[in-house]
Amino acid sequence: MTSLLVIIVLVLLAVALWQLTKIFDLTQVGSSSSSDDSQVASDNDNNIQGYLMFGFLAFIYIFTIYGLLKWGNLALHTPASEHGVLVDSLMNITWVLIFTVQVITQGLLYWFSFKNRGHKEKKALFFADSNKLEAIWSIIPSVVLACLILYGLYAWNNIMFVDKDEDVIEIEIYAQQFKWTARYAGKDNVLGKANVRLIEGINTLGVDMSDPYAQDDIVVTELHLPKGKKVHFKMRSQDVLHSAYFPHFRAQMNVVPGMVTEFAFIPTYTTAEYRELPFMVEKVSNINKIRAEKSTELLAKGGTALDPYTFDYLLLCNKICGASHYNMQMKVVVDTPEDYKKWLSEKTTLAQDIKAAAAAEKPAEGEAGATTDSASTIVKDTVKTVVDTVKAAVAKVAMK
Amino acid sequence: MSAEAHDHDHGHDHHEHEHHHKDTFITKYIFSIDHKMIAKQYLITGIIMGIIGIAMSLLFRMQLAWPEESFKIFNVLLGDKFAPDGVMANDIYLALVTIHGTIMVFFVLTAGLSGTFSNLLIPLQIGARDMASGFMNMISYWLFFLSAVIMLSSLFVEAGPASAGWTIYPPLSALPQAIPGSGTGMTLWLVSMAIFIASSLMGSLNYIVTVINLRTKGMSMTRLPLTIWTFFVTAIIGVISFPVLLSAALLLIFDRSFGTSFFLSDIYIAGEVLHYQGGSPVLFEHLFWFLGHPEVYIVILPAMGLVSEIMATNSRKPIFGYRAMIMSVLAIAFLSTIVWGHHMFISGMNPFLGSVFTFTTLLIAIPSAVKAFNWITTLWKGNLQFNPAMLFSIGMVSTFITGGLTGIILGDSTLDINVHDTYFVIAHFHLVMGISALYGMFAGIYHWFPKMYGRMLNKNLGYIHFWVTAVCAYGVFFPMHFIGLAGLPRRYYTNTNFPLFDDLQNVNVLITTFALVGGAFQLVFLYNFFSSIFYGKKAVQNPWKSTTLEWTTPVEHIHGNWPGEIPHVYRWPYDYSNPNHDVDFVPQNVPMKEGEEVLHH
Repeated sequence: MTSLLVIIVLVLLAVALWQLTKIFDLTQVGSSSSSDDSQVASDNDNNIQGYLMFGFLAFIYIFTIYGLLKWGNLALHTPASEHGVLVDSLMNITWVLIFTVQVITQGLLYWFSFKNRGHKEKKALFFADSNKLEAIWSIIPSVVLACLILYGLYAWNNIMFVDKDEDVIEIEIYAQQFKWTARYAGKDNVLGKANVRLIEGINTLGVDMSDPYAQDDIVVTELHLPKGKKVHFKMRSQDVLHSAYFPHFRAQMNVVPGMVTEFAFIPTYTTAEYRELPFMVEKVSNINKIRAEKSTELLAKGGTALDPYTFDYLLLCNKICGASHYNMQMKVVVDTPEDYKKWLSEKTTLAQDIKAAAAAEKPAEGEAGATTDSASTIVKDTVKTVVDTVKAAVAKVAMK
Repeated sequence: MSAEAHDHDHGHDHHEHEHHHKDTFITKYIFSIDHKMIAKQYLITGIIMGIIGIAMSLLFRMQLAWPEESFKIFNVLLGDKFAPDGVMANDIYLALVTIHGTIMVFFVLTAGLSGTFSNLLIPLQIGARDMASGFMNMISYWLFFLSAVIMLSSLFVEAGPASAGWTIYPPLSALPQAIPGSGTGMTLWLVSMAIFIASSLMGSLNYIVTVINLRTKGMSMTRLPLTIWTFFVTAIIGVISFPVLLSAALLLIFDRSFGTSFFLSDIYIAGEVLHYQGGSPVLFEHLFWFLGHPEVYIVILPAMGLVSEIMATNSRKPIFGYRAMIMSVLAIAFLSTIVWGHHMFISGMNPFLGSVFTFTTLLIAIPSAVKAFNWITTLWKGNLQFNPAMLFSIGMVSTFITGGLTGIILGDSTLDINVHDTYFVIAHFHLVMGISALYGMFAGIYHWFPKMYGRMLNKNLGYIHFWVTAVCAYGVFFPMHFIGLAGLPRRYYTNTNFPLFDDLQNVNVLITTFALVGGAFQLVFLYNFFSSIFYGKKAVQNPWKSTTLEWTTPVEHIHGNWPGEIPHVYRWPYDYSNPNHDVDFVPQNVPMKEGEEVLHH
């Protein structure tokens, strides 16, 4: 309802403005000569529009400053990975360059517009070209960009190429509509082979259990990483493209069905440490304030209150992957190396899980029939609903 | 001037009676082979598609600002199935995003912009009677119309229209199990695009042949207005890159319908393993962006040409660095075909390729910078006439710079890692190619409306249209940079599942408010446009005192453009405020005075 009102108000506003211009036009009728209704800009128009140009320059500058003050702190802060520091420093250098160029060029553009607003008696300067000027503004960008390219490529090579001999922890990130899973390589630090054709029962990742390297693999739904150790991610998808995005670690890589993609980084703050950083304390308290306000609103409407927020690193999907793309996430925890070891040692391996599942199935075989029954009822119900919906839709069309 | 036009008119009436006695309503307005009528057909179709595309964006912006709230308007426009109880469904959100992108990029800014002004201006500005093949030109428009109808019809398909994003990456776009829109909706999308590409190729070939062969006497390549240069180069890029998209679309159709595995491999979905083996989605990305990146220059180059021409006319000054402008257009065109990989830094392709594409991508900033500085210098010490077209041209330079600068971040593979596919990208490309190209299109419409319809647009409505649009465009896309830097991914139906992003919600509300106000004020333009066609003030022959040849034709359209002989050209198109002449503009068909210096043209 409110939205409809908003739209009505906007339409009325447009009508009102249009009427105002008509009134404005009418007031001009008697006062000036016929040149005014030629619909070509007059000296008066040039003057007004020239001042508006100057005003717009002010708008751009003020809006930029306002944006930086109001929303500047929304941007991701303090990278939580080693290479992130490199990325952020390149980013900051680029920002300085961008702001300098932006302020100067927009300033010149609108200042010239204001300064040179047209007038009948004036004649423009016939200034067709200047090789010197062209050279200046080809060479300066070339040099500046060359520096940026060199820095960028240096950083890119550092980030993207993982040395084979390096001591790294291998972890598989596995994507499917709309869920992430992780597989740890276990004691041998080598991931067992896998293929979607081997997906069966609780072996949802299609790990090849005949591969000796696969025997100690561990499958989990919450990603734990040790601080200060290089983690080498190998990524697989079982259905469509996904993108593994770790914003706080400045890391992202698409997950592509049919191939294995890679990314590596070294976490530098444990979750507990990152929560304690002053900017994060402030951010979380701000978010909780917003959530509390929203909760009172929800409670008033008879809904349930929102849980208060504590910070956790996240892995999000950042490549459109289907209807529920907007909620495909996994919690990431960075532990101290000791805690990490302890956490991992408490996990059972996939081989143990499969064995346990097989053992559990045997005595429960009697119940299995019942489960199948209920499953088929569900399918039947679904089909019935679908058929009903279609029928209703057809009936509707027919009625029209 | 107008007396002269009248004379021409009388002369032509006579002429017309002899040759065009069988001009019926159908041959004049529907299956016309006159380039001016085809231009108008492109423009009206483009505007209608634009209304639909922008309306879609307003709908999903409302969803983003007030997630999962019920709006009567959703229910009215989307129906019970797509918006039950007025709450937009999540897959329909993606469908709206997808079709908005497709319509705006291809149907509005490629066909609507380039189709309109290439058709209108190429014959008129080079001094030709019509396009090289008027018939092919007509076919080109009607194929475009057909593809637009098919695209719109996909909105009414049971499972919804294509919803895999405008980039339609497989497997999502190939498997109806993955998203409902990848069924019939996607088939229609692909068919529509295949027809669109055929249309675009026919148009482009025509533009190229016409510019090369049909220039009037004296119109050398270095005397062409910059508009013609950009249309010419745009057509070349189109001919080179659109066929690659066609091949990608065909292979995708094969994968979808005939079980081939060009783009698909190792897929387990909806509880079963599919038979596909050995294909790669990355291959599709390469093919798509091999067109996709040149496409953004196909969109922006014509806008640049229009802006250059309008700026020179309204500054009463030659465009600064005419030859540098041509060189930069050529450089941009060349580089545009070798930078596509910057859309794929983190697609899983070899990181070494990423380095190469970073290098070529940042190179493209140099010709772009040259263009921006040349425009600014054109304004310097000019005698600026602030007609609405001029305002939009200045606005275009402004948004092109603002949007272009953030390209330095996105083009750098290292920095792209963390802003890839966030709202930062949305802010960047909407400013640099969306808004800038739209401004170029608006500038062109305000400037050449008298040429198209023989009437003037109302300038005061034009001023209101410009200023509200200018403020709202920055209001929408400037804050988006910040939420992008906060790591907010694009194409999320709602952000409420991430408490991390709760502090971005009020920014989203602000963006949507600006979008709604800006969208509403486009109605001012639509009213101005459609009412001026019938009731606008009658135009004189050369209202903006311009030098190019289209303003030497009579106001009333005739077949063959000039009633008598085609004018000859003696000078370059930018003799504004030439100190050797008393008037501040010298049309191209005015012979050189004795002893007048020829400026290498």
